[in-house]
Amino acid sequence: MLSFHSSNIISKTKTIGRRMFLLSSFKAAVLLGIFGRLASLQINDSRKYRSLADKNRFRETKIAPPRGTIEDYFGNEIASNNKIYQLHIIPDDAPDIDELFVRLKSIINLSEARLFLLKKQITKKNSWDTTVISDNLTWSEFSRINLFLHELQGVQPIVSVARFYKDNSSAHAVGYVSEVSPRDLRTKKYLKNLNIQGVAIGKTGLESTLDEEMLGTPGYLRYEVNAYGKKIKQVATDFGLKGKKFRTTLDQSIQKVSAEALENVSGAICVMDIYNGDIISMVSSPNFNPNSFVHGVDKNEWKALTDNIDKPMLNKAVSGLYPPGSTIKTLTALSALENDVVNPKLLIECKGYIDLHGERFHCWEKKGHGVLDMKTAIKRSCDIYFYEVARRLGIDRLAETAKKFGLGEKVLTNYAEEKAGTVPNTKWKLSQVGKNWYIGETLHSGIGQGYFLSTPIQLCLMTAQLANGGFKIKPRILVDDNNEANSLQKYLDYRNENLNDPNSIDQQIFNFNLEPLFRNQENINFIKDAMFVASNEPGGTSYGSRHGDKKFMFAGKTGSSQIKKFTQKQREAETKQKDIAYLERDHAWFIAFAPVDDPKYAISVLVEHGGSGSSAAAPIAKKVIKKVIERHEIRTAQVNQQVGQNT
Amino acid sequence: MLYTRTSLHTPFAIRDKFFDLDFILLFSILLLGIISIFAQFSSSGGEFDYFSKSHALRFCVFFILFLAVSFVNIRIWNDYSLLIFLLLILLLVVVKFFGVQSQGSRRWINLFVFNLQPSELMKVGIILFFSNYYHKISSNDVNKFKYLLYPVVALLIPFMLVLTQPDLGTAILILTSGIVITWLSGVKWRIFAYLSGLFIILAPVAISFLKPYQKIRILTFLNPDLDPLGAGYQIIQSKIAIGSGGLFGKGYLNGSQAYLNFLPEKHTDFIFTLYAEEFGFFGSVFMIFLYFLITYRIIRIGNITRSIFGKLYCYGFATAFFIYVTVNMSMVLGLLPIVGAPLPILSYGGSSMLAMMIGLGIVMSCKVYKNNAIG
Repeated sequence: MLSFHSSNIISKTKTIGRRMFLLSSFKAAVLLGIFGRLASLQINDSRKYRSLADKNRFRETKIAPPRGTIEDYFGNEIASNNKIYQLHIIPDDAPDIDELFVRLKSIINLSEARLFLLKKQITKKNSWDTTVISDNLTWSEFSRINLFLHELQGVQPIVSVARFYKDNSSAHAVGYVSEVSPRDLRTKKYLKNLNIQGVAIGKTGLESTLDEEMLGTPGYLRYEVNAYGKKIKQVATDFGLKGKKFRTTLDQSIQKVSAEALENVSGAICVMDIYNGDIISMVSSPNFNPNSFVHGVDKNEWKALTDNIDKPMLNKAVSGLYPPGSTIKTLTALSALENDVVNPKLLIECKGYIDLHGERFHCWEKKGHGVLDMKTAIKRSCDIYFYEVARRLGIDRLAETAKKFGLGEKVLTNYAEEKAGTVPNTKWKLSQVGKNWYIGETLHSGIGQGYFLSTPIQLCLMTAQLANGGFKIKPRILVDDNNEANSLQKYLDYRNENLNDPNSIDQQIFNFNLEPLFRNQENINFIKDAMFVASNEPGGTSYGSRHGDKKFMFAGKTGSSQIKKFTQKQREAETKQKDIAYLERDHAWFIAFAPVDDPKYAISVLVEHGGSGSSAAAPIAKKVIKKVIERHEIRTAQVNQQVGQNT
Repeated sequence: MLYTRTSLHTPFAIRDKFFDLDFILLFSILLLGIISIFAQFSSSGGEFDYFSKSHALRFCVFFILFLAVSFVNIRIWNDYSLLIFLLLILLLVVVKFFGVQSQGSRRWINLFVFNLQPSELMKVGIILFFSNYYHKISSNDVNKFKYLLYPVVALLIPFMLVLTQPDLGTAILILTSGIVITWLSGVKWRIFAYLSGLFIILAPVAISFLKPYQKIRILTFLNPDLDPLGAGYQIIQSKIAIGSGGLFGKGYLNGSQAYLNFLPEKHTDFIFTLYAEEFGFFGSVFMIFLYFLITYRIIRIGNITRSIFGKLYCYGFATAFFIYVTVNMSMVLGLLPIVGAPLPILSYGGSSMLAMMIGLGIVMSCKVYKNNAIG
């Protein structure tokens, strides 16, 4: 029994030992497997899992970078960044959100509708996410919030920056910024990485064309979150890079004077340096408050702006198209002289009307001007004289001169909204209208009516190129840093110092790499002279608006562009402009350069439905010219200073 | 003389027996316990909160218990194993009707001081019982139907009781322990083959009895990316934590995955994940080595102990211990589905630690009384 028992134990022990050995081998294999898996996770794929862990850990919110500013010529900020006061709320931190809103309503201006919208927003988000209650608190609201902050758990007063425009005078030239729209996101590729709450982008004007450069590089806040997305701590902050700053050629003080001069009318003013093409002033009226758009425009305000018949949102200086009217007579005359079609001494009698080709053409002066030569015809703006000149000249030659002086094409490259206008000729009409040119249309074109369409900035450029002696200039509104001294200015300086240069003028022009727009400069001088008498001799169309002081004296040409043809009835009844419906009144023009003995600036003034140029536009030009001349020395000082800094 | 000295439980005898302890095993357990206290401290976010405090306290108490059990004669464990087994069955039945319910399962008995989980104790109880059973029967009888039926029934009762709590993980571990000892005892391969065949046939039926969440766990294991924020979340986050630990780990108390709560169940089933994130590959390998060392020492004690009961118990416990460790590690490493198996000693959980420490105590008792023959 005992032996059986012990042999049983021995056999059992043997079995157990054998099987345990098998089991241990199996265990070793399992252990090896776990070891291998550990090595694969912690050694081979460690990098991958580390980045996944960091992705778990960190969240980033982008912060909008400060937008680049826009300055005037003297470094005054036209579009700047202002501190704004915002109110954010984190529902998680508030013990009772409804009570908090009741409390907030008593402190800040919070409408029921806005409140409803906010509550809806909050329920959609996580309870630890931030919701913006107000993005532009007044200072008094902000300080009251701060005063009661200890009772307002869950709210965060935030100081941020947003676009600010000091005044409305440059609203069109500079443009405005507003919130990013879904359409912007689709069309503007550069917004791809910039879709951040609080970023405003340029919608019109320079703000729009320079948007990409002015936006800057966004910064970020990086913080650690737990598995539920709750912020644990802030890890890193990068405020981003401020956008590029731009300096314009505009003079803010002249902008203000121009805007004030147009205050109660609809129209535009452009002022240009006749030698380097710097745009000193460019305003459109009525204007709007660009600050209204920064945080999204109010519905009623927007409706008021779009319903206004004077179209405040339109930049009339570059996008308003008007027939140039009598201002074109300067070019009609020049073209005729340059093409040797007429002699300035040509005498034509004005009886108030003329019958040509079976049609009766009227002069604005019903009584007629009597017998006039060319200079007097410009001075008194006789239509009959220029019908005859235009008839002899023909439309194609007139169009060629007009194009040479900058009509019919965009003046600047900085405005998407700029219009090119129309300089009609026979070819143009055939291709665009599909009809042959009529001689009667040539006569209308000769006095700037008919198919002619131009913008105030084009007429300003035209005037500048007449005033500078007939040289082509390239207008600009942005000061580029590597601006080499203007060749036209150099040429003039050279001529003043070397009055007895034996070289011919042609040779000199060639030496200075200038682009003359004339065949014979005498013709240009003749036109300038005619403009002088029109402004400064009795009987001239703008004599009433002349400056007595030689310092401010200007030479100009009035114009009025018809909207609707005068009926025979109106003509007989001698209907005054102010008696017809506002929207049917003529547009008033005035172009001028000043000062007369040493011209420096050109101006164009348009008054929509202003009636005659002499009564509506010239007095406005008078005011602006005075300011421009007054600012001349300061501007030259700035130029010299700039040059001094560069060397 | 020697016999009388040992049979009389004099203090002198205890001192004599003290040097019979396996010190390598003892210090390995102590080291593991100390590491576990640090791991629990880190798991609590670097604070001595309820979890880390009670874990530390339990380890101290249970370690003393472990030493006490070591000096209880191995014969006593053999003699009382059936009684212990029946008592545990009774407790499981009590759980069935009066147990504390939590998260959809009924596993605990409220003892007021702490909640006891009898199924954890059953993990050791089943080993005791089976070792005793196969110790008793002759090797000629092992493959007889009569002698096979008895353990099968004895195994199925606790298995079903635990499975229906429901606690699939523990039920499988209990089943495995029983099967392993049966196999070690020399039951023919053929019989296991038959049983496997039967299992394969019955598996579809068994699957239909699985709770929906259990089915999801198995599906998720097969493809964790199926639902990364839902059921697959635990496996994915665990893998990220372990993988991001790299060679040297992120440093103690610096595990971002654990600290920021990306890690699920970090006190219990996923404690190894936390450890691996903070201590990296080298730390993990050291931990595996420690568990391996413990397993090896237990097997070695099985080798030198004379009684069949002692051998079966040590081999059975070593295997079970090894299975607990590897199942838990495979689970957090994404090699097995999430079944809810704690890592011995390291995981938070009183009953689990109590069972492990008693189990190890019995192993130690095999060493101390290795020459005792059991009738």
